[in-house]
Amino acid sequence: MKPGFFLKESLRSMRRNAVPSVAAFASVLVTTLVLGVFIPVVQATNGAADDVRGRVLVDVDLNTTATPAEVARVHAELVRAPHVKSVRFVSKQTGYEQERKLNPQAFALIGYNPLPDIFRVTPSNPGDSALVKAELDQSSPRGTRLVTDPAIAAVQNSQAETNQILSATRTIKLTMALLAALLIFASVLLISNTIRLSLFSRRREVEVMKLVGATDWFIRWPFVLEGLFLGALGGGAAIGLLALAKVTLVDPLANTVKLISQPDMIAFPLLIAILMGCAVAVSAAGSGLSLRRFLRV
Amino acid sequence: MSPVETIARRRLNVTLPAREGAVRRPTTTGAGRAVRPARDRRDVVVELRGVSKLYGAGDTGLERATFAVRRQEMVFLVGPTGSGKSTIMRLLIKELDPSEGVVRVAGHDLSEIARKKIPYYRRNVGVVFQDFKLLPNRTVYENVAYALQVTGASRKQIRTTLPDILHLTGLSTKLHNYPHQLSGGEQQRVAVARAFASHPPLLLADEPTGNLDPETSIGIMQLLYRINRAGTTVIVATHDREMVDRMRRRVIELRRGRIVRDEATGLYAREENTNELGDRLRAETATVNAARGILGPKR
Repeated sequence: MKPGFFLKESLRSMRRNAVPSVAAFASVLVTTLVLGVFIPVVQATNGAADDVRGRVLVDVDLNTTATPAEVARVHAELVRAPHVKSVRFVSKQTGYEQERKLNPQAFALIGYNPLPDIFRVTPSNPGDSALVKAELDQSSPRGTRLVTDPAIAAVQNSQAETNQILSATRTIKLTMALLAALLIFASVLLISNTIRLSLFSRRREVEVMKLVGATDWFIRWPFVLEGLFLGALGGGAAIGLLALAKVTLVDPLANTVKLISQPDMIAFPLLIAILMGCAVAVSAAGSGLSLRRFLRV
Repeated sequence: MSPVETIARRRLNVTLPAREGAVRRPTTTGAGRAVRPARDRRDVVVELRGVSKLYGAGDTGLERATFAVRRQEMVFLVGPTGSGKSTIMRLLIKELDPSEGVVRVAGHDLSEIARKKIPYYRRNVGVVFQDFKLLPNRTVYENVAYALQVTGASRKQIRTTLPDILHLTGLSTKLHNYPHQLSGGEQQRVAVARAFASHPPLLLADEPTGNLDPETSIGIMQLLYRINRAGTTVIVATHDREMVDRMRRRVIELRRGRIVRDEATGLYAREENTNELGDRLRAETATVNAARGILGPKR
């Protein structure tokens, strides 16, 4: 193998086939750019959906007469119960203060604290809230309640709202996944088509090379290198534009708009690395693989 | 002897060594005519034995063709379009595999060459096509150099070998032209130069003059003749029967995939140099044209 020769060959062929080269560069640029915008958008949307889902809670109300010993017992039971991620205790007093702040007049009117001690239970999975409720508060066939602990007065999982949240976020996530799949599919098609076209216009050249006695890899290396260069150039240009957009548009907004500063959003350097890797790998591998059809001479 | 001829002769003995006992002496052609027996089995460069090629849909490309070509021979395959000339050429560069029979080149059964080894085999066979098949984005020099580059030749080797070949083919002044800047005859010269660049022991030309006018054709034939005299076995497929008759070399005639004639012309033995050949071809062409002028077009 002669790297210098192959390098020169690939540079020459890019120069001599300027139009297909520019087309390949442009298609890599556009797809990388679109992916670069879309990946954070998907992530932010998913993050927001997860955030909403994280608010699905099961409230376990204790009897207003519950003693501290009973509170401790129920806490232990809840922690042990399946499908429970975390348990937060809101005492009578804390609850009263919070609610009074929201609605001072109503509480002034009541004049005393009507609230029970409450456990806010976060299910390990938002969809499991019904299971958690069933675990703690079962209904008998006759409709009477079979509470697992006498200190528990009621278990509320606000069924209707929970279902709404779950179905809405599920729809959003599914739509995003579908869009992402479509976009990736379209990108691969676009790049492979561009490569195919540029190779097709040079299939005679490949045929002649084979007839002169060139081995497959002797022909393939310059094409792979060409794909590598064009992928790197297109990917690099797209990343440059993305960085520009990030610095000028996204960063100033990050403080004011919640979505953009999602904690689980992909880090910019990682995003760059992924995009660059994909752009280079897809175009280099694409060139090498698409060539196979024309090498059968 | 020119330096090129010296190189060619020297190389002939080292490339494509014949395997002992691999080649059997051919006795008959497909049409049952006697063929000149090979003097020495190592002398046979190309051998086809009972070779048939069926294309899909029942088309026959070649039917039980049997013939042998000795080293340093110049052989013409003639016949109308579709008679099987190109099929033989494509079989010889292993672009096609025979449906039946054995194709041997320098004693090697081509069916035993693995797909991966085909490029290495092809480097020992120069090929010239009717449509030249030059690389459009490369200059004359680069086109010819490519044939050497594929073999892994260094730039220095290429720089020392190429001028001789380009001089031999009369392309010294066109080095930096691209194929589209050349006439048909010049392009075909480039193709011949490329085919001969690595001094292969066997050179195949498929309708090399098919797209060229008579005068240019004579030039290409002279070139092939010169290469043949330098020690390379040359097989030319053509439908230009008049040219073949005037060349006075062995002729294998094909018709619908069958060999119908395989004979050496009477004056075969007479040696001419390249210039004498060119002069004679021109003179005979002129005579024929003059006669046509008097008698009207033939047929």
